[in-house]
Amino acid sequence: MEQNIYGIMAEFDTPTELVDAARQVRDAGYTKTDAFSPFPLHEIDEALGIKRSILPYLIFAGGVTGLLSGLGLVYFVHVFDYPIIVGGRPHFSLPAFIPPVYELTILFAALVAVFGMLFLNGLPAPYHPVFNVPRFAFATREKFFLIIEAKDPKVRLRREHEVLWKA
Amino acid sequence: MQDEKDLQEKLRPAMIEGDHSFASVTDKISDVTLKKRTPFHWFIGFAIAFMVAQLLLFSVIWLLANGIGVWGNNQPVGWAFDIINFVWWIGIGHAGTLISAILLLLNQKWRTSINRFAEAMTLFAVACAAMFPLLHTGRPWLAAYWLFPYPNTMGIWPNFRSPLIWDVFAVSTYATVSALFWYVGLIPDLATLRDRAKNKYFKFIYAALSWGWRGSARHWHRYEITYLILAGLSTPLVLSVHSIVSFDFSVSQVPGWHATIFPPYFVAGAVFAGFAMVLILCIPLRHMYRMQDFITHTHLVYMAKVMLATGLIVVYGYAMEGFFGWYSASQYEVFMVKNRIWEGPYWWSYWLLIFCNGLSIQLLWFKRFRESEFWLFLISIIVSVGMWLERFVIIVTSLHRDFLPSSWAMYSPRVWDWTMFIGTIGFFFTLIYLFVRFVPIISIFEVRTLLPDANVHGHHQDFEENVNEVEYTYDRTDPPNE
Repeated sequence: MEQNIYGIMAEFDTPTELVDAARQVRDAGYTKTDAFSPFPLHEIDEALGIKRSILPYLIFAGGVTGLLSGLGLVYFVHVFDYPIIVGGRPHFSLPAFIPPVYELTILFAALVAVFGMLFLNGLPAPYHPVFNVPRFAFATREKFFLIIEAKDPKVRLRREHEVLWKA
Repeated sequence: MQDEKDLQEKLRPAMIEGDHSFASVTDKISDVTLKKRTPFHWFIGFAIAFMVAQLLLFSVIWLLANGIGVWGNNQPVGWAFDIINFVWWIGIGHAGTLISAILLLLNQKWRTSINRFAEAMTLFAVACAAMFPLLHTGRPWLAAYWLFPYPNTMGIWPNFRSPLIWDVFAVSTYATVSALFWYVGLIPDLATLRDRAKNKYFKFIYAALSWGWRGSARHWHRYEITYLILAGLSTPLVLSVHSIVSFDFSVSQVPGWHATIFPPYFVAGAVFAGFAMVLILCIPLRHMYRMQDFITHTHLVYMAKVMLATGLIVVYGYAMEGFFGWYSASQYEVFMVKNRIWEGPYWWSYWLLIFCNGLSIQLLWFKRFRESEFWLFLISIIVSVGMWLERFVIIVTSLHRDFLPSSWAMYSPRVWDWTMFIGTIGFFFTLIYLFVRFVPIISIFEVRTLLPDANVHGHHQDFEENVNEVEYTYDRTDPPNE
């Protein structure tokens, strides 16, 4: 049975307790850990040793892609495929092209922000082993949870039980 | 510890009143959706809104069957109700983005309990707005090739130098980003509803919509990045949208439209109208669902102050329009100002506008009116009417007498103009009613962060007492009871 255990989980009442416990678990050398809270906690990132996500760079890349595709689109349309003079302006009249290009920049960046976040988070994930703990339903209401996953190289289950009890 | 809490409460005006915990906040807000019987007034309100929305359906069918000749606009007033209503609706939407994005960046905590329905308001208002220019094309399905750049069989492309195409890009981007922002904000709350729902079907739907959110620290970490960056992206976006809407006018050469004041003046007007609509929605809402603990008097007063500030910017815009007309030394501009304000047949609409947007808001300088829900509600309605009149004045009085006296004409709306406008109001409120019934009207997870308990304190305790329970969690292949 033990090889199928996903991890070991502890429940806390307040964010302070969770953060302190997370620090102790991290100091004990565990890396495959996670915490669950009903709202974002900034302190937990440091406590669990969560590295800053690469998401902002992806979003920037999304914005640049939007900018370049916008410029490419107006260039293709007005210089290459359908050159037509409107209002005496040059074919590539950049100032007049700023609004659509700008909107496309924002659109691409926003799409990357949302779908990049979901992708990096591995969502949608309708099933996850943590949902098997009945009390985990409180994680979206008022309680705070900390888990050490069984795949952590340091895990030998009896010990984790003790570490979390002492945490 | 107790002193610290007291001090915090003193320093910060009450954003949440009453004695609340994480659980009570969660229950109070989610019970509206999940547990409480749908109140009787909901059915009454929904029924009325839904019936009025049928007017829209009927008007649109009539319009598509007969063409836009059923509307009152004709040369020289080629833009009338369609564009007035478009600008009015999209302006209303702007307050939602201001509350959700700009106030987030400015770290204004009071946005937390009003951002959810303000954003919903944005989405629904943009949906109403988008209908007007689309239907003004008469045959929207045929207009697609000059609205959107796609390779078509005629081998032609839209003109990207035209403000109308800028508008298409701005409004469609705005609608998409607002929807994303709203939905991202909803994910953790939908997970809460999933975990609390008893009804099997509701549970399934909320589970599907929350994408399996489980509140993991790593997820929250990326979530917060996304939320903040979306706010950072929405802020310039929302400013650009109404600036671009104003370009529809100011890039043209029509006297009364061709003014550099337009972009900032339109953006301020949009926020002004939007806050009026937020107040119109939230004053009844907080009573109907007893949300006074979360939407407090402080919130209403803050909104009143934003309304006053943006209203004054708008009044400055009116003054500048007059000044520009005079200072231009162009006889057409001077004539337009005179014609608009006292010589023309639509002088009454201008003075009604000054009364609604300029005079009525002066009451908000006084605490007595700012703190009275009755007056706030009344002033908000007057302001909504006023902002509609503003667009009427800008569009109709500028167009009906332009350069050539032989082409002057009067404009008056016909019945189908009115039914379509009133129909969109019904459509808007139908969507608001559905939203109130099926989605948490206040952002639960953000309200939790406002509670004093949400702060992490630095001190150490004896943690052995803190652990409630330690449990093994199993993967599905091996149920725990075997």
